[in-house]
Amino acid sequence: MKNSYDIVIIGGGPAGLAAAISAYDEGTKDILILEREDRLGGILNQCIHNGFGLTRFKESLSGPEYASRFIDEVLARNIEVLTQTTVLSLTKDKKITAINTEYGVFTVQAKAVILAMGCRERSRGALNVAGSRPAGIYSAGTAQKYVNIKGYMPGKSVVILGSGDIGLIMARRMTLEGAKVHAVCEIMPYSSGLKRNIAQCLDDFGIPLYLNHTITKIEGDKRVTGVVISKVDENKKPIAGTEMHFDCDTVLFSVGLIPENELTKDAEITLSPRTRGAVVYQNRETLVDGVFACGNVLQVHDLVDFVSEESELAGKSASKYVQEGSKIRDEVEVVNGKNIGYVVPQRLDKNLQGNVKLFFRVTNTFRDCTITAKCGDTVLLQRKKKIVVPGEMETLLLTDAKIAQASGKIEVVLEENV
Amino acid sequence: MSKINLTCIECPIGCNIEVEMVDGKPVSITGNSCPRGKLYAENEVVCPKRVVTSTVRATNGVLVPVKTDKPIKKSEMFEVMKKINQTTCKLPVKIGDILVENISDDANLVATGNA
Repeated sequence: MKNSYDIVIIGGGPAGLAAAISAYDEGTKDILILEREDRLGGILNQCIHNGFGLTRFKESLSGPEYASRFIDEVLARNIEVLTQTTVLSLTKDKKITAINTEYGVFTVQAKAVILAMGCRERSRGALNVAGSRPAGIYSAGTAQKYVNIKGYMPGKSVVILGSGDIGLIMARRMTLEGAKVHAVCEIMPYSSGLKRNIAQCLDDFGIPLYLNHTITKIEGDKRVTGVVISKVDENKKPIAGTEMHFDCDTVLFSVGLIPENELTKDAEITLSPRTRGAVVYQNRETLVDGVFACGNVLQVHDLVDFVSEESELAGKSASKYVQEGSKIRDEVEVVNGKNIGYVVPQRLDKNLQGNVKLFFRVTNTFRDCTITAKCGDTVLLQRKKKIVVPGEMETLLLTDAKIAQASGKIEVVLEENV
Repeated sequence: MSKINLTCIECPIGCNIEVEMVDGKPVSITGNSCPRGKLYAENEVVCPKRVVTSTVRATNGVLVPVKTDKPIKKSEMFEVMKKINQTTCKLPVKIGDILVENISDDANLVATGNA
């Protein structure tokens, strides 16, 4: 290990791996990856189900298979990796302090930093579910780690709150391993998971999905003994008289992911309250020169294929920054308008060349609608959609020419067609 | 004639596919947006099949991720799980290594992770 590197990448999951490879291939070879787990691959290591890589590799891979394709590439380039190394702090001037058992606490100076820390699961505490605090309550991802990495079952009789993909995948996984999954309840009127996961993880096994329902009580003293679920009204308030009781020993929470940005805050990098990730330009550079962000630490993606794509962009941009330094910007802000939850990137730099894909999520399910990117009254781009759902990320491709027309602020809006 | 509605599981789009059946055979498939979806629907209405993914415990205790290298009959999933949970393997294991030959329906059980 050295005291300084051209690029330091925080996180060795899918984002960090793809960023490292593309930065290297763009000509900056002095790279260090810092990973807190004992191996590269990040969350993919515990995602043993298939379905990864259809976009990128045109085949259905398991998580470890997808990861290995990138790990092999990183190793082939002799990119330096420190595993079991936790980053403690990051400063604006790109000093990274980390700790591991080999070097103790140490600091490295980077010319460019790529944030690739991924995201973490929302917890029970974030939801304020009533009841005592018995054993048997896990986030779906924690249960996944227990079953797939550690090799033991967290319970035999399960109710799942939230219909995110990890919860659906775990409903199937625990069923196949012999547990009884009684129900998945979802407070929203729609599932946030992929349709195919509803089909192959719930329907295949006759597991009921209760939409517009939430857990209103967790029972049990030492161990969970049951839950009460209730229907909610349009304001998400439980409706009295709709309670259903399930005996169970385990409750899984699959209620959303939050980008893990403690280090980003440390470095006083501006975050978006919408994505809870950094505010970035189209090259994935944050508002601090030379610090880039990609993957789920920037915005929670539906598919790892898109994480890889975004991270390659960040890696390439970081490499360019190391070689060419910072440049004068000509900025346009990108904001989410009517019916749009967020847009990434939040800034466009007109001095950067190339087309720009805007990534965004809608706030509700809409049928027959039109999505528009506009500057004041000038329509830059318009696309009609038959159906959009919040669970699926949407994109708009702004060409160079369209970006050249923009000034001040680009707003993305969704209007329902009458 | 009867109609069967399916959600395609071949890719994240999850097309709603409608299959018209005559005498237990699919005569018309609509709603799919690719050839994989058509193939999925044809099989799904006759004999649904799934790839099963799980883990096998190596002799040193480490878990090796595995999958069937072809879809197996959906009705055989729990039988295959039983066989998987009776399987052990020795390390090292590489992606693609066959851990059980012909575990069901001509499908082998293969490692999907290096360990």
